[in-house]
Amino acid sequence: MLRLPRLRYLRPATAGEAAASLSKLGSRAMFVAGGTDLFPNLKRRQFEPDTLVQVPPLKGVRRVDGHFEIGATVTLAEAAADPGLRAALPGFAEAAGLVSSPPLRNAGTVGGNLCVDTRCNYYNMTYEWRKSIGFCLKKDGDICLVAPSSPRCWAVSSSDTAPAAMVLGASVVLVGPDGERELPVAELYRDDGIEYLAKQPHEVVTAIRLPAPEGLLTAYVKLRRRGSIDFPLAGAAVALTLDGPIVTGCRIALAAVASHPLEVPEAGAFLAGKRLTDETISAAAELAAKPARPLDNADLTHFWRKKMVRVIVERAIRQAATPSTT
Amino acid sequence: MRSELDRPVQRELTRLRVNGEDLELYLPVHKTLLEVLREDLKLTGTKHGCELGECGTCTVLVDGEPQLSCLLLPLQAEGRELTTVEGLAEGAAPHPLQVAFAELGAAQCGYCTPGILLAAKALLVRDPRPSRDGIKEALAGNLCRCTGYVKIIEAVELAAERMS
Ligand SMILES: Cc1cc2nc3c(=O)[nH]c(=O)nc-3n(C[C@H](O)[C@H](O)[C@H](O)COP(=O)(O)OP(=O)(O)OC[C@H]3O[C@@H](n4cnc5c(N)ncnc54)[C@H](O)[C@@H]3O)c2cc1C
Ligand code: SF4
Ligand code: FES
Ligand code: FES
Repeated sequence: MLRLPRLRYLRPATAGEAAASLSKLGSRAMFVAGGTDLFPNLKRRQFEPDTLVQVPPLKGVRRVDGHFEIGATVTLAEAAADPGLRAALPGFAEAAGLVSSPPLRNAGTVGGNLCVDTRCNYYNMTYEWRKSIGFCLKKDGDICLVAPSSPRCWAVSSSDTAPAAMVLGASVVLVGPDGERELPVAELYRDDGIEYLAKQPHEVVTAIRLPAPEGLLTAYVKLRRRGSIDFPLAGAAVALTLDGPIVTGCRIALAAVASHPLEVPEAGAFLAGKRLTDETISAAAELAAKPARPLDNADLTHFWRKKMVRVIVERAIRQAATPSTT
Repeated sequence: MRSELDRPVQRELTRLRVNGEDLELYLPVHKTLLEVLREDLKLTGTKHGCELGECGTCTVLVDGEPQLSCLLLPLQAEGRELTTVEGLAEGAAPHPLQVAFAELGAAQCGYCTPGILLAAKALLVRDPRPSRDGIKEALAGNLCRCTGYVKIIEAVELAAERMS
């Protein structure tokens, strides 16, 4: 059996207490919410904390002043089924509904999805497998097995909801031992496969705030091998505003093509002021795909994944604009 | 990795409600619900497959919704209503899903069956006459290596028909 390591399990009553525990214990402890990312990783000994600190229940999807505020422990299934979210921000609701599989979405949380670990074929393996092939930089080793001459880790950011939140200009509420702050989702990530989060390790994500202005059109399109369960091989999130046939604003962000969710502002800027036609959509998708740099460390070939980025961006733009597309 | 076994085992009194029965168990906190069901409660109907969330054979119902017992700690399930495949039958009478699965040959090796029965039961509570796509979606987290799924889907349809 693949068992969890011996652990202490703490259940603080509030986010402030959870943050205080983690700040006291340092790298020996980690937060756990649904555990659907962390428990497999712990079973494979990708982390070795001796204490888990449970994120206390932070429930509810609320609409406040043109925003949605989603508690960090709202499950992906709850977010995907929320009628208000589905109507106003289908892109985010769809992204939540496309994560993993139905039983995992009943446990996995929105906060956990934003903080989900980066992934790599050489890393998401059991301890014995990693030991036999030689450990890598991200855990226990000192070279990158995908890019051996590289000083850094290129593990892939695999959150589906992060790019969907980014294109909305969303932010997270973080609670630390000394209080609360708000951080744009765009600033939550770093371009590094190991230190992939820019928040302090002891800061708890307590909520995510999603702006939902009238008339915003959103979509998320995901590429994966099995539509039923797999992590994204690429994902495209789009948020669009139209004035008649003319695009007045567009943001596009990609999942799983870098160590962080990748916003591609050039593509959005290109569409602004233009009509959506086959030509403009395809040109924008071309621009969006340019900075995507999939490596040979996820499922299927990275050449094909790179090619498919253009295709899913096109689909996402069309889906967002429907029924207004020409 | 090496120093793990030097760590003390934290045990806690854990209150679980399994198939309608209230239990108080003194459990190591790092043991998964799957391990506790099989090893401590001898409810071996719940199967262990990948133990990493990928196959669904360890599915149990938590407050009526399917979750993976290989990725759930008993402490996280306190205060929730747990149902395993052993809790599906009404006394001696098998659940209509079980009857339909047996009649149509929807179980071959049977390893995926407990998880699929529970996921299907949750579906039929939510949606008594599901579409084919609805069935496929509800069972999307459960792998079957034998049947090719067609008979499973037909069995869920048959049970739905008989139950409504
Ligand atoms: C088979 C399989 C398929 C999957 N497919 C996908 C997929 O397609 N797309 C995808 O995005 N994910 C996928 N996942 C990963 C995971 O299920 C989801 O990302 C899920 O949303 C994680 O949420 P959680 O609550 O379970 O997180 P946990 O596992 O509890 O935590 C994940 C990480 O976030 C940290 N964390 C959790 N909550 C907080 C918080 N509130 N504040 C601060 N830190 C926190 C934890 O310390 C941990 O490092 C898959 C997992 C499996 C096993
Ligand atoms: S990208 Fe390199 S360092 Fe990072 S997990 Fe993969 S092999 Fe390891
Ligand atoms: S054993 Fe739990 S999902 Fe495979
Ligand atoms: S019947 Fe054998 S795995 Fe499904």
